[in-house]
Amino acid sequence: MSAGTITGIGRRSFLKTGVAGAAGLAIGFYLPGRFEALAAEPAAAATPASLNAWMLISPNDDVTIVIDKSEMGQGILTALCMMAAEELDCDWKKIRTEFAPAAKEYFNPAFGMQGTGGSSSVRSSWDPMRKAGAAAHDMLLQAAATQWNVDKSACRTENGVIYHDASKRKLTYGSVAEAASKLPVPQDVPLKDPKQYRIVGKPTKRLDTPDKVNGRAEFGIDVRRSEMVYAVVARCPVFGGKVASFDATKAKAVPGVKNVVEISRGVAVIANNTWSAMQGRRALDVKWDEGPNAAASSASISQLFADQMSKPGAEARKEGDAASALIGAKQNIVAVYEAPYLAHATMEPINCTADVRADRVDVWAPTQFQTVAQGTAAKICGLKPENAFIHTTYLGGGFGRKAGADFIIEAVEISKAIGKPVKLTWSREDDTQHDYYRPASYAKMAGGLDPDGWPVAWTTRIACSSIMEAWFPGSTKNNLDPTSVEGVANLPYAIPNIQVDYVRTEPGIPVGFWRSVGASQNGFFSECFMDELAAAGKKDPYEFRRHLLNKSQRQLGVLDLVAEKAGWDKPLSAGRYRGIAVLEAFQSFAAQVVEISVDRKARSVNVHRVVCAVDVGRVVNPANIVMQAESAIVYGLSSALYGEITIEGGRVKQTNFNNYPVLRIDAMPVIETYIVPSEEKPTGAGELAVPPVVPALCNAIFTATGKRIRRLPIRAEDLA
Amino acid sequence: MAIQFIVNGKQQSVDVPPNMPLLWVLRDTLGMTGTKFGCGMALCGACTVQIDGDATRSCITPVSSVAGKKITTIEGLSSDRSHPVQRAWIEVDVPQCGYCQSGQIMSAVSLLAKNAKPSDTEIDDAMKGNICRCGTYQRIREAVHRAADLHKTEAKPSRPHGTEDALEERALRAGGAA
Ligand code: FES
Ligand code: FES
Repeated sequence: MSAGTITGIGRRSFLKTGVAGAAGLAIGFYLPGRFEALAAEPAAAATPASLNAWMLISPNDDVTIVIDKSEMGQGILTALCMMAAEELDCDWKKIRTEFAPAAKEYFNPAFGMQGTGGSSSVRSSWDPMRKAGAAAHDMLLQAAATQWNVDKSACRTENGVIYHDASKRKLTYGSVAEAASKLPVPQDVPLKDPKQYRIVGKPTKRLDTPDKVNGRAEFGIDVRRSEMVYAVVARCPVFGGKVASFDATKAKAVPGVKNVVEISRGVAVIANNTWSAMQGRRALDVKWDEGPNAAASSASISQLFADQMSKPGAEARKEGDAASALIGAKQNIVAVYEAPYLAHATMEPINCTADVRADRVDVWAPTQFQTVAQGTAAKICGLKPENAFIHTTYLGGGFGRKAGADFIIEAVEISKAIGKPVKLTWSREDDTQHDYYRPASYAKMAGGLDPDGWPVAWTTRIACSSIMEAWFPGSTKNNLDPTSVEGVANLPYAIPNIQVDYVRTEPGIPVGFWRSVGASQNGFFSECFMDELAAAGKKDPYEFRRHLLNKSQRQLGVLDLVAEKAGWDKPLSAGRYRGIAVLEAFQSFAAQVVEISVDRKARSVNVHRVVCAVDVGRVVNPANIVMQAESAIVYGLSSALYGEITIEGGRVKQTNFNNYPVLRIDAMPVIETYIVPSEEKPTGAGELAVPPVVPALCNAIFTATGKRIRRLPIRAEDLA
Repeated sequence: MAIQFIVNGKQQSVDVPPNMPLLWVLRDTLGMTGTKFGCGMALCGACTVQIDGDATRSCITPVSSVAGKKITTIEGLSSDRSHPVQRAWIEVDVPQCGYCQSGQIMSAVSLLAKNAKPSDTEIDDAMKGNICRCGTYQRIREAVHRAADLHKTEAKPSRPHGTEDALEERALRAGGAA
């Protein structure tokens, strides 16, 4: 049992690596351990044949697709199966899935390692998955043709069956899979003409839904191993602090508590159930060395950012001479915008199960970054990476949070210390207070208008932490982190003089990738400020943007579609107001119109309707694009209406959903999503719709109150 | 001292501290992980189960308080995803990450037991204790309405709708796209 479910890698796997995918991915051969166990029994004839790293076919015709991306709600599991099945021409109902082990064959070319994020999954798997499907399809055809002693070109497939029409013979994929798997992998098998697609582009139900309505889907937090114990960790509340000393006497006196050990990130309390471990932690006496950040506060951080506005920054974009153009402009508009730190608050709190043995370490985790998890676990145990086995579970939300290695480190260190399999669980308070936060950010915006009210100059200076330097030290050039400026630096509007600068500023708060990353705050800055310029130039905010997007066709496409669907040219009913915004994120495009009412007495805003238009290139699963737009809009609305992590005494003040609220069903607007048809390469949809909703909402509030929202979240006084 | 209660029709006896929340007894002691931990403070609804038919947050329910009671968890709704709420959830394709959905479904089941035809406002009112960080609320509303319809038609002789049927629904079908 403890050997884990996946052991095949390195033995019978990757026997053939002949075909290189477009992205340089080898089509290896994969044999999950579950099947290997079967193979070990001589009587077992049910061993599936491995046609490549992603596709296995059983004698009973089941097709197993190996999912090499983390499924965290974004629907990638279904999308990968659709791409594979389109070329493989298998029976959709016979598809089963397995999550991939950590292995080179599954590296995401967007990162150079195995991982899921940056809306890169569909984009990066589109070619390799289809090519693998096409090669496997060809091998199955060839195997049948050989068995019939006919030419491959006289055979055809349909829904998992191979036909030789001339002789009226047929064979199922399962019956020739074993023979097919022994054939050489063909090179450059032509891919289908998109006009023949019968799966890609069709609204398709999620394959993981059935197991998510009866409690069967296994999330990281659900993993159980025999002999397993349960742990929680006490961490220094101040970022950068560490354990000075601790006394475990009281903690050990709590019924169920078995052990207390110090690890690199704090003190672990181990018990025979999660709750006892939590009780033990409550009883634990720890003295912390709070380190250098103990005085940091949200106010001091904001001041630190403000102080950077006069310092030289790294140039993120420079066109023309914005400084002079501002001086020469008829009208100048200047504004300071601020966005707070944000926690991810994935519904599934952070957790990890680890089992460290002398010769191997097994990790079961809801991780977004398998290669990092593998390297981290191996290093802690002094093992080679190939002896660290990463078992990816379903993720109960990821949003960038579960790319971290912190929970892997903790679980592996605890298991190593106590010599037992252990499940580490974070409480919601741990999760809220020890996140890698969306960076707080501060931006000074300036715009100049000509006498007709059209912009001639735009400048932005941003101060915030660098995520890339925090996660991948040395990875940025010239102190410019592209994630700190995305959403402004790629401003699509035809403005002759543009300058965007970045001043890297490190207040000591851990930061990370938060759904849509830099565009989440910079989209708020840029699209609200565009609205300010439109108002100053006395232009309709839609027409203003439209006019300036004449060279940005895809932005224009979503903007026009959203305006049409929202009925921008029609008056709203009394008391209703609306705002608009358009943004690019991760090579996809979205525009939104948000319709609201404001109760100025109650100082509250009611979001009634959000209309969203997206362009994600060729659509793999339109049903999922719609779901992701809805999801992202809710995520963005939560941030605009409530989201704020504040720092006091170097620690996070918020603890749980009572003081870090998120949108609930009673505040849920009606969301309508429309897709721009496109034959461009497919791009991602998981993050795309987060950025526009925040400025569209704030712009709507301006039309209702005449007040600009320049600091998030929206506060009661903003609505008075 | 052992505490006894019934979970999904099965008698259980556990020897745990009496103030241990039912959530952890279910998950860690009994190994029934369908009921989820989200906040531990009755703020998110992920841990919702039914105790004698009432939707209850198991994370703040001491196990001693359920002695002798009947508990239903997500695992006990049906053996084959055939409960009308489960079927509606599959038809509407509600879940994304899925983590909140056990709690959502248990809350919806309780709502429909009390109110066979809830309005949107009544749905919002009954379901607002259940957070979905993936934002599936629009589909939850739709699925509750759909479940209400299924309940009604099933008052007449029901046709069996078992696992295989539910799985068949994986087949290509419109997923409620615009
Ligand atoms: S875990 Fe019980 S309500 Fe959140
Ligand atoms: S489906 Fe992910 S939290 Fe609800």
